[in-house]
Amino acid sequence: MFEFFDASMLARIQFAFTVSFHIIFPSFSIGLASYLLVLEALWLKTDNPVYLNLYKYWLRIFAVAFGMGVVSGLVMSYQFGTNWSVFSDKAGPVIGPLLAYEVLTAFFLEAGFLGIMLFGMERVGRRLHFLATAMVAFGTLLSATWILSVNSWMQTPTGHAMNALGQFVPEDWLAIIFNPSFPYRLVHMTLASYLTVSFVVGGVGAWHLLRDKANPEARKMFSMAMWMATFVAPLQIFAGDLHGLNTLEHQPVKVAAMEGHWQRQTGAPFLLLAWPDAAAEENTFELGIPYASALVLTHDINGETPGLTDVPAADRPPVGMVFWSFRVMLLMGTLMALIGVYSAWLRLRGRLYDTRWLQRAAVWMGPSGFVAVLAGWIVTEVGRQPFTVYGLLRTSESLAPVDAPAVAASLLAFIIVYFALFGAGTYYIIRMMHAPPDGQGPETGTPLRAAGTTPMASLKTAASKGGA
Amino acid sequence: MLDLPVIWAGLLALGIFIYVALDGFDLGIGLLFPFLATDQDRDTAMNTVAPVWDGNETWLILGGGGLFAAFPLAYAVVMPALYAPFIVMLLALVFRGVAFEYRWRDKAHERIWDASFVFGSVVATFMQGVVLGAFVQGIEVEGRAYAGGWWDWLTPFTLTVGVALCAGYALLGAGWLVLKTDGTLRQQAYRLVKRAAMGTFFFVGVVSLWTPFLSPDIFERWFTLPHFYWLAPVPLLTAGIAGLVAWGIQRQRDAVIYPATLGLLGLCFIGLGVGFTPYIVPRAITVHEAAAPESSLLFMLVGAVIMLPLILGYTAYSYWIFRGKVRHGDGGYH
Ligand code: HDD
Ligand code: HEM
Ligand code: HEM
Repeated sequence: MFEFFDASMLARIQFAFTVSFHIIFPSFSIGLASYLLVLEALWLKTDNPVYLNLYKYWLRIFAVAFGMGVVSGLVMSYQFGTNWSVFSDKAGPVIGPLLAYEVLTAFFLEAGFLGIMLFGMERVGRRLHFLATAMVAFGTLLSATWILSVNSWMQTPTGHAMNALGQFVPEDWLAIIFNPSFPYRLVHMTLASYLTVSFVVGGVGAWHLLRDKANPEARKMFSMAMWMATFVAPLQIFAGDLHGLNTLEHQPVKVAAMEGHWQRQTGAPFLLLAWPDAAAEENTFELGIPYASALVLTHDINGETPGLTDVPAADRPPVGMVFWSFRVMLLMGTLMALIGVYSAWLRLRGRLYDTRWLQRAAVWMGPSGFVAVLAGWIVTEVGRQPFTVYGLLRTSESLAPVDAPAVAASLLAFIIVYFALFGAGTYYIIRMMHAPPDGQGPETGTPLRAAGTTPMASLKTAASKGGA
Repeated sequence: MLDLPVIWAGLLALGIFIYVALDGFDLGIGLLFPFLATDQDRDTAMNTVAPVWDGNETWLILGGGGLFAAFPLAYAVVMPALYAPFIVMLLALVFRGVAFEYRWRDKAHERIWDASFVFGSVVATFMQGVVLGAFVQGIEVEGRAYAGGWWDWLTPFTLTVGVALCAGYALLGAGWLVLKTDGTLRQQAYRLVKRAAMGTFFFVGVVSLWTPFLSPDIFERWFTLPHFYWLAPVPLLTAGIAGLVAWGIQRQRDAVIYPATLGLLGLCFIGLGVGFTPYIVPRAITVHEAAAPESSLLFMLVGAVIMLPLILGYTAYSYWIFRGKVRHGDGGYH
């Protein structure tokens, strides 16, 4: 037991814990920022107050989620050094600059315009305010782009050489940024954020429709969300399939773990359920669809698919976690697509707002995006094990020289603080979602203006006594 | 010689200074929070920083990210060496970061989130001071890794720097409040400014006198002859600017205190920097040893040269939009 919890295992748990919390917030804010942009654009175009009410409703929620994203992200940016210092020393020359670009191009942009987006409506006028929303939305997408490039390089490293000190040295920046798995991961993750938000918005809309079928804001957001489910959920399955094929090409062992296949074989079944046993190198139980895996992965029912035993045991990822997380993601994707199809059918028959069944299902599916995102990342990251830089740098060789008790203490602190503080934030978000979206907003704080000044600007305004 | 590693060391120092200038007043507001008289004052004080705190904190991300990218070896040595202070600082920043939204979302528990804001601000500031102190004091290195113990960072000197930074940020925060508020809140801020200034002067003095005795190397830099002439203006200027701060307080010149305090901290920064060159981890790893390969530094420099002016531009614009005094109850989003 205690051997299992050595410094390395604790550091891995700590990283997994903190990044799993972090990813929940960006997945939400990437999608929500774009949604807010669409709402504001529609409001500017139509002057329909329903859009403005929805904008204000979701803006408050966005602010809380974004705040949690910022502070949990700040923790991540230092964790590479505190817990993975050898990794940082070796891979820093390649991934450091990409992260620096993320800060320079994306984080500052988001942060710079967030204040205007939240507090500036009365100060800058509609058009400039719209520009601020656009900048924040663009910033979140740009941030995802850079970080996914980093992560993808760790999965499918290209464009580098090694120097005498054992460091990865960049040779071709374009090859590094646009490494083979990056386009797939970017598309899949962006769609994932959009779907996550669609199902949250759809769930909240459905919840209020169940209480008041006539509420115009609830109808609007429910309808918008169901359009997304109809079109984007199937698109995501398609993108996921392409992503999987790319993984098959570059990380066949990961695919073997995802499929639960121990042996290289032809005409492999797709296992719906199985219990992988790493010691015996086989599944103790299997329930599968014959030939399906071969068909999906090779587009040929007699195609050959990789097996875990293709590589020595020391080079295999933990199979169970990868296998099960993958099933969870697939289940969520399938359910999302089913909701999309069902809602399209009801819409055609003019019963979108009257079908309680759909609305109840939508409420239940509200958190499905988060579940899928976490499951997807576990597939990706655990499937990359036992390497941090796939095939080149082992996780066990990436660790910082920090002793187990220190990591255990920090891990415990993270667990307590994150559950308490982010738990409270999640509770507030859910409470805000319970308030009807009628333009009144939840009854909290007194309205307040906020302000700030640069030293330079304030010198001027102080001199002219007062300012705006 | 002005090669890429030196340019990046300069840019990093600049980034850290901008961080101190911006997040300093922002954390300082948190330090002063318990001393404000009414809930209304606290609301207003927080609203002077609410639209900009995220941008301010981004400079800290740039600091960490920049060190990682430009000097990966230094990052890899320093972070494990200062493991506890960094983790505690990060957690403290979580405590205060979430309070900005939560306290408006839950009026019934506003007190809890105010306490969270204060606690986070105090602890984060103190730990930043400890980190700074530990850096100056030196970090034990063997090969490419930290070789000291867990508690090496914990010394009377680092604790003193921690308290000193609290005083400094409180002064920045009070200077900011004076600038951004009026009426009774501004009067309260003037009382706080006075106390914070006395604390800051005292601790700047203590740390300045202490630093040269930390290592013979730093001592030599300050007190051997040619150097001495070069460096003599630094303490003199510092004393002059401290006088300016005092004058601003005496005459109640709102717009003088914050910039003058920045000048004061800037000179301290330079004073500490003197003990550093040519090292990035003092007396162990030089800027050139720690630097990432040329291809990394050059690639980033292109981005920095294009982006930094833009960032400074729209940051200034955003501050300009929210210029002027903040009053209680002005319309807005909360
Ligand atoms: C709403 C979220 C969501 C949904 C519905 C799906 N995924 Fe996904 N998936 C993700 C969110 C996600 C993700 C969080 O975005 C991941 C983690 C890392 C990544 O690149 O995307 C991911 C990873 C991921 C990977 C691992 C890639 C690797 O090797 O690193 C594969 C093969 C798939 N997905 C395939 C699918 C398929 C076939 C789906 C259809 C049923 C599917 N995903 C639905
Ligand atoms: C944000 C969503 C992410 C989630 C949920 C996630 C999840 C995980 C998990 C579960 C592990 C532990 C794997 C194991 O030890 O078996 C891990 C490790 C790790 N991941 Fe991720 N990850 C995410 C994103 C990223 C990104 C974007 C990067 C790179 C920039 C990254 C870099 C790492 C590193 C360095 C480790 C530690 C070494 C290791 O154990 O592999 N992760 N992550
Ligand atoms: C280990 C890897 C990661 C690190 C070090 C990291 C770092 C950060 C930091 C420092 C912030 C705060 C920025 C600010 O002040 O505005 C942040 C926020 C953000 N991150 Fe991450 N991040 C990681 C993983 C991810 C992943 C996998 C994604 C998405 C694909 C992502 C997308 C975002 C976005 C969109 C934001 C801004 C919105 C928000 O705060 O919710 N990050 N991240």
